[in-house]
This record gives sequence, structure tokens and C-alpha cells, in this order.
Amino acid sequence: MKILVTVKEVATVEDEFEIEGTEIAEQYLGADLNEWDDYAIEEAVQLQEDGIADEVVTVTIGPEECEQTIRQALAKGADRAVRVWDDSLEGVDLLDVNAKTEILSAVIEEEDPDLVLSGVQAGDDSFAATGVSVAENLGYQWGAVVNHLEHEFDDDDVASVRRELEGGVEELTEIDLPAVLTIQTGINEPRYASLRGIRQAQRKELDVKALADIGVDESTVESELDLTAMYEPESESDATFWEGSPEETASELGELLRDKGVAQ
Amino acid sequence: MTDILAVADHRRGELRDVSYEIITAGRQLADETGGDLHLAVISGTVDDFADKLNRDGVDAIHTVSHGEEFNHDVYTQTITQLYDELAPQYVLTPNSVNGLDYAPAVANQLDLPVVTDTIDLDNDGETLVATREMYGGKVETTNELTGGAVVTIRGAEWPAAEGTGDAAIEAFEADIDEDAVGSTVNGFEEVGGGDVDISEADLLVSIGRGIEEEENLDLIRDLADALGATLSSSRPIVDNGWLPKNRQVGQSGKVVTPDVYIAIGISGAVQHVAGMKGSDTIVAINTDPNAPIMDIADYAIVDDLFDVVPELIDEFQ
Ligand SMILES: Cc1cc2nc3c(=O)[nH]c(=O)nc-3n(C[C@H](O)[C@H](O)[C@H](O)COP(=O)(O)OP(=O)(O)OC[C@H]3O[C@@H](n4cnc5c(N)ncnc54)[C@H](O)[C@@H]3O)c2cc1C
Repeated sequence: MKILVTVKEVATVEDEFEIEGTEIAEQYLGADLNEWDDYAIEEAVQLQEDGIADEVVTVTIGPEECEQTIRQALAKGADRAVRVWDDSLEGVDLLDVNAKTEILSAVIEEEDPDLVLSGVQAGDDSFAATGVSVAENLGYQWGAVVNHLEHEFDDDDVASVRRELEGGVEELTEIDLPAVLTIQTGINEPRYASLRGIRQAQRKELDVKALADIGVDESTVESELDLTAMYEPESESDATFWEGSPEETASELGELLRDKGVAQ
Repeated sequence: MTDILAVADHRRGELRDVSYEIITAGRQLADETGGDLHLAVISGTVDDFADKLNRDGVDAIHTVSHGEEFNHDVYTQTITQLYDELAPQYVLTPNSVNGLDYAPAVANQLDLPVVTDTIDLDNDGETLVATREMYGGKVETTNELTGGAVVTIRGAEWPAAEGTGDAAIEAFEADIDEDAVGSTVNGFEEVGGGDVDISEADLLVSIGRGIEEEENLDLIRDLADALGATLSSSRPIVDNGWLPKNRQVGQSGKVVTPDVYIAIGISGAVQHVAGMKGSDTIVAINTDPNAPIMDIADYAIVDDLFDVVPELIDEFQ
């Protein structure tokens, strides 16, 4: 079985930051592997270690800078990576779900995997829609918010999963392959990349493709959704902020707890 | 093309709260676009559901009797067929786990943009302005689009619709292609039972990712012991396997309503807040004065938990 994992490098924001126009000013931004994708990569690598997957390929939409993050995935055990980037993507504020769908679908079609694992959501734009959208676009089956995947496949073509619903309820579902599963945190324990893995990752294939290479028209990246403003949410906080040394603030809290009669 | 089609959410025989909230959101949009609000309720005891959903502001309810529980293929096929028949401008769905399992598929099939997890919607007759958060709630954004769209709404952002409506209730005969149904739901399981029921506690000491390392959890255990409190946590602590699932507070964990909830090193992501906002008094200990948890906290200590918690333990020993 061949597995493809969608990997995104997400922007992280410092506690204190400033907004310039519709973006967070660059100096307050960091970059990291999307938390949910880390679990998706781990699941794919475990499927490979269990002898179920023959090959694990990652696909990323992103500029050259994000290769460091892609190498992380390779260091954890993915076999090779595809990165899609193009000048036309450079100035895009917000790549919407449709654009991501078109780009990822084109790569997936070319790779023809049996299973696509993708994170439930990206920590920066939090759309939580791309995996399902890609599945529908390709005529694949899908499952959103999967927190368990049975590592035994019925005749190689049915995946047994658990979908994590609200309120501590899990849904037990069987899904025909090929399928896209969006992977929820907690499904496994993502590994740290070993030094050996990091060394090996340097030699693994990382294929860079432009939109034309995968047959996607540049106009695809023009979003129908226009990000028009970004601001810090107006604080609705009417909290009492206790000031002072840790000793003083702890004592304020202690007093509150005694007042409320919940601690002696 | 100014009507709204909203979709109800239910599970195991019960309508979920967001089904009433989506009526309010849908009515508001329908008023702004000058159209009708159509509601779809798919699978389960649809007639019974339709009676309950017949509240003020709903113009029509389309019931689709097909199977007991949610199946995303059935939902996707039905909604696209309803869309073809009704030609609404917007399809509104809950941003629930199930909503996210069909809304993007519906959008893709109908070739519409999808805007998820909206917290505010506004339409001037031409342009839809959808407000949503990014970066885990650190910023809000407005997003504009013209034309149709599939929009998912966050739960508990709109009030539940009330009153009794006079909607036309009609059965919709969806033409379900069973061959295209590629997934089967075999059942449900409740998880997170076990020794302690955090939803019963009067005082919860709840720890989040700010604790950094598993070893540091001992500090919070000491605090819980000193206060006679029950220990709970945000999701990452459970994901890491540092605490069992029955300690997780939030959307996919437990809903808690203690007298006092002390959130230590917890940012207050929407899925966490969903589980603890009903606490009587909320105290946050966090280094970030702008963390979303501050919006719902009654008291806050902006400081390092590793400095404050030992002092608090001292107080009670
Ligand atoms: C479908 C779905 C369901 C989910 N269900 C749940 C759920 O049920 N429950 C849940 O909790 N989450 C849930 N989540 C995850 C949720 O989105 C957040 O990722 C999670 O709640 C973040 O946990 P946190 O606040 O502990 O961590 P973070 O968001 O990383 O916050 C850590 C906080 O600690 C503070 N901090 C760091 N160091 C210190 C220090 N030394 N002293 C004081 N403060 C410090 C930081 O300022 C920050 O505010 C769900 C997500 C999805 C997509």
C-alpha cells in the first residue's frame, strides 16, 4: 500500500505581536510543522513499520524556506517528498480550500496512493476542510477527525477507523479505500527525529514542482474568498488581574478559594 | 438566489444544540438577503425532529428519511440535490465534527467556496462578510465573498431559536446512489470513563501545555493534593499520555461546572472553553495576558506557573 501524507508548515505567533494590514508582522512569526500533520506522519510511518505501507510520500504546498519542515517529516521516516510552489502563490494572503484542493489533488492523482493522511486542521488558518474537499474532488472516500486507525485492512481495501465526535463519543466506521483520513492529535505518539534519521533525510528525494508541472492553472490560486481585515479580538475580559509577586498573587488566589469554601 | 439552506445536526436520536442556533444564524442571513430559510433534517426520526425544529423564523423544513444515523455520503448527496432544487445562495452547516465531514464535500461538488468555523456573518445584499479566527484565536479576520458559498458556523455563537414556527414541513425524496456510499457506521462508543468523574468536582485544578514536561506534572498533583482539588487538563496533556482521557475538559472531553476552575498554562482554545465555560468562577494562571482564556476568566494571574504554583502550595500546607 502506498500512503501519501499532506504536510504543512504553519506560522506560529508570539504572545505579543503587531498586525500590518491583513498579516501579522513578520518579526513576530515563527514556523513549525503543523501539529495535526505530525500525527499523520507518525501514523503513516507506523503503517510502514507494520509492513502495511510500502511507501510513504509527503506533499507540501510551500516556498523553499519550508524545506526544513519537510526534512523533519523525512527524518521521521517518510521516504520522499513533493513540494509545490510557484511565483503566483507568492503574494497570496490566504490560500483558500478550493485552491489547496486543486493543487493537492493534482499531485495525489499523479502519485495514485491507496491512502491519504492529512491533519484535521492547520494550526494557522484552521479551515479543517482540505482533506475532505480533496477526497470528494478525487472521488476518494474519506473520514474526518480520525483518532484510531486499525492496522489491519480487510482485503486491503477497507479501513476501520474511529472518528472522534463531541462529548467523549467515538464513531466506529468502515471506509472503502482509496480514502483520505484527517488525523486527530492523540491517535499515536509522534516520534522525535533521530540523529540518524536527520542525516538520512538529507539524502532523500525532495521533488519541487511548479503549478504548470502538475497541470494546474495559475488562476486556481485566485481565491473567491477575500481576506479583508485582521485584528486582535476585542477583549471581553472583565477579569480582575491580581498584580504583585508570586507570593502576593498566590495569596489572593488562596483567599478566594477559602472565601468560596472550596479549599481550607 | 437569495434563500438559505441550513442543515440540522443530531446524534443518537437527539437534536444537538447547534441545530437551534443555526436557525437563528440562517434567519438573520435570510432577512439580510430578503429570502426564505429552508432547513434540512436528514436521517433518524425526521418527523419528530421537524416538529422540534419548527421554531420562529423557519420557512420550510425538508425531511429526508434515510437510515438512523449520520452518513456523510447520504448527507452530501441529499444536500446537493436540495441545492439543485431550491437554488439557495448559502448552505449553512454546523462546524461540528460531522459538519466538517460533509460541508467541504458539498462545497466541492457544487463548486462553491467553503468558509468554516464562522463566528459572525453579515450580508449587505451582495457581499457576505464572514468573521473567523486564525492562529488558535489570537486574531480575528473578516473574509468577503460574493456569490454562493457553503458556510459552517461555530456552536454557541448564535442564540438558540425559540418560539413555535409555522414552517411547511415536507418530505424530500432524495435519490441516494447506494453504490456511491463508501463508508458504514457500525456503532458508537463512549470513552473516558474510569476512576474519577471530573464533572462532579467542586474545585478543579486544570493544567495545559504550559507544564511543558511530564515530570513537572508532580507540581500540579501536589497543588491538587494541598487544595483537596481534582486534577483535570486540556487536550495536549491527554494526547501525550500524561493523564487518562477521563481528565480531559473540552469539546471532545468532559463538560465541567465546578465552583472554581483554575486554568493553569491553558490558552483557552475554543474547543477547551466549550467544556469549562459553565464554571462558576474561572481563574487563569498564564504568562500571556492576551491568551483567549482571559476573555472568560473572572480572576487572572499573569505570571509563570512555576513561580506561582509553589507559593500556592505553601499557602495550604
Ligand atoms: C476537533 C477538535 C477537538 C478538540 N477537543 C479538545 C478538547 O476537548 N479539549 C481541549 O483542551 N482541546 C481540544 N482541542 C485542541 C484545542 O484546539 C487546543 O489545541 C488545546 O486546547 C490547547 O491546549 P493548551 O491550552 O493546553 O495548549 P496551548 O494552546 O499551547 O496553550 C498553552 C498556554 O500555556 C501558557 N504558558 C506557557 N508556559 C507557561 C508558564 N510557564 N506559566 C504559565 N503559563 C504558561 C501559554 O501562554 C499558553 O497560553 C481540540 C481540537 C480539535 C481540532
